[in-house]
Amino acid sequence: MTALNLATQNGLRPEAAEIATSPLAIRGLTVSYGEKPAIFSVDMTIRPGSMTAIIGPNGAGKSTLLKAALGIIRPLSGQTTVFGRPLDTQRARIAYVPQRASVDWDFPTTVLDVVLMGLYRELGLLRLVRSSHRKTATDALRRVGMADFADRQIGQLSGGQQQRVFLARALAQGADLYLLDEPFAGVDAATEKAIIAVLKSLKADGKTVVAVHHDLATVEQYFDHAFLINVRPVAEGTVAEAFTAESLQAAYGGRLATAQIDRLSQAG
Amino acid sequence: MTGAEFVPLSLTPILIGIFAAIACALPGNFLVLRRQALIGDAISHVVLPGIVVAFLLTGAVTAWPMMLGAAGAALISVVLIEAIRRLGRIETGAAMGVVFTAMFAAGVLLLERSDTSSVHLDVEHALMGNLESLIWLEATGWRSLLDPQALAGLPPELPRLALVLALVIAFTWVFWRPLKISTFDEGFAQVLGMRTDLLGIALVMIAAIAAVAAFDAVGSIIVIAMFICPPAAARLMTDDLARQVGWSVVFATLSAILGYVFAGYGPLWLGGSDSVSAAGMIATVSGVILALAALFGPRRRGMMA
Repeated sequence: MTALNLATQNGLRPEAAEIATSPLAIRGLTVSYGEKPAIFSVDMTIRPGSMTAIIGPNGAGKSTLLKAALGIIRPLSGQTTVFGRPLDTQRARIAYVPQRASVDWDFPTTVLDVVLMGLYRELGLLRLVRSSHRKTATDALRRVGMADFADRQIGQLSGGQQQRVFLARALAQGADLYLLDEPFAGVDAATEKAIIAVLKSLKADGKTVVAVHHDLATVEQYFDHAFLINVRPVAEGTVAEAFTAESLQAAYGGRLATAQIDRLSQAG
Repeated sequence: MTGAEFVPLSLTPILIGIFAAIACALPGNFLVLRRQALIGDAISHVVLPGIVVAFLLTGAVTAWPMMLGAAGAALISVVLIEAIRRLGRIETGAAMGVVFTAMFAAGVLLLERSDTSSVHLDVEHALMGNLESLIWLEATGWRSLLDPQALAGLPPELPRLALVLALVIAFTWVFWRPLKISTFDEGFAQVLGMRTDLLGIALVMIAAIAAVAAFDAVGSIIVIAMFICPPAAARLMTDDLARQVGWSVVFATLSAILGYVFAGYGPLWLGGSDSVSAAGMIATVSGVILALAALFGPRRRGMMA
C-alpha cells in the first residue's frame, strides 16, 4: 500500500494527502526582483522517490523557484512543505547543490574540506572532525570518482571536477531530498555521465532528486518526471505527461522549432 | 637597549600596535574573501564625526563616550547608505563611497571648528593616532610587569585593546565553521539552516569594534592597512584558510614591530635626526610585505588565474 493511500485512509483529502507525503510541495509561490515577477503563483508537488527535471527557457525562473522554495530568496507569498512539514524542521533531510558558478573557486580550501562542509549539521560549531567524518567524506568523493583529489585546492580543478565535488558534499549530507541547480552546466561528457549515474543510484535507494535542467534533449533519458515553468507553472507529471506539444509551445513559445516540439512530445 | 629604557618607552606602544594590528587582521581575512575589505576603510572614516561629537558633548577624550559616538555614527551611515541607494537609485558601492567621504569630511570640519587644541584630537591624530605617546612612565624595567603599582599606570589603551583582541579571537574561534562555510557558499549555508544575514552583521560589527578601538590608539591609517594588507599577503602564502589566518597574524605582528622600530630608528640610520610617525611606518611596512608576497608568495599564480 502506498503512502498516499495510507494518508487518504487517515481521512485527508487527496490534495492534502499529496502534500503530506511529498518530499517538496510548493503552493502559490511568487517572487519578484523588481516590478516584474520572476515566478508567479507556482504550485509544485514532487513525487516521493522521483527524479524530476525543472525545465523552462532562460529567465523562466527555474533557479529562482528552487531558491525561493528553500528560503534563500524571500518570496512575496507562498508556502513550502518538506515531507509534509515546515522546511525548518526538515533541513537535515535536504541536500542542496547550488550552481557551480555561484561560488568563488579561488577560496583557500581543499576538496576534502568542501565535502566536510556537508557534515556541518553533525559537527556544529566546535566538535572535532574525527576519522569517521573523514571516512564519510572520502566515501562520498569515491562515489563521484574524486577520491584521488581530496587534498587538492579547489581552484585547481576543472569545471566538471568542481561539480562532482559539490555533488560529493551533498552525498556526505546523507539527505533524503536532493536539489540541484544546473548540475550539468559547463561540465564534460564524462562528468555528466558520472553525475547522472550517482543520481540514479540515489533514486534506486528511494531518495528523491530534483534538478534544474535546460537541455530538453536529455530530459527523457535522465529523468522520470518533469516540471515545465515559464514564470508561471506550465505542466507537471511524468515526462510523457508534461511534454505535450501544447505545454512545450506554452513554455518555450517561438523559441523552439515546430520540428523540435514534435520530436520531444513524441519521445515523451 | 636595556629593559629600563625599553619597557617604559617602547614595550607598550609595540604591544598596542601588535594588538591593534591583529584585531583588525583577523576579521580582515573574511572581509577580504567576501570582497568587503573596504568596510574597514569605511568604518574608520565614518566614525570620525561620531568621535568628535562625543568629545564636544563630554569635553574630554574618554574612551566609552567616544566608542558610543563612533557606534552612533556607524549606525547613521548605514541608514544614510540605504536611503541614498533607494531614493537616489544609486548602486550600493557608490552610495557607500558618498556617505563615507561626506562623513569623514564633516568630521574634519567639526575638528577644525571646535577647540580641541588642548587635547590630542586633530586631523593628524585621527589619521596617525598617537602610538609614540602611549608610554608607561611608571615602569622601571622588566620587573615592573609583576608590580601591581606600576601596572596600574599602564596606558588604558593597552588593556582595552587586549580585551577587544580577546573578543575578536573568541568570535573567530567559535564561529570559524559558519564563517568559513558562509563565506565560501552562502546559499548552501542558508539551506543548512545558518542565519547568514546575522552572521554577516556580526562579522561587520566585530570589525567595527576592532576598528574603533584601534582607531582610538593608532589612527585610521593602520586600521585600513591592517584590514587588507596582512590577509591579502597571507592569501598568497597558502591555499588553506586556517594557515592563511595564521600567516595574517604573523604579518600583522611583523608590521607592528618592524614599523615601530623603523619609525624610531630608521631616520637615524639614514643620517637624519627626527623619527617619523610609527602608525604611518607600520602601515607602510604592511604594504611592503604585501608587495613582497605578491612578487614571491608561493600561491600568487592561483590568485591571478
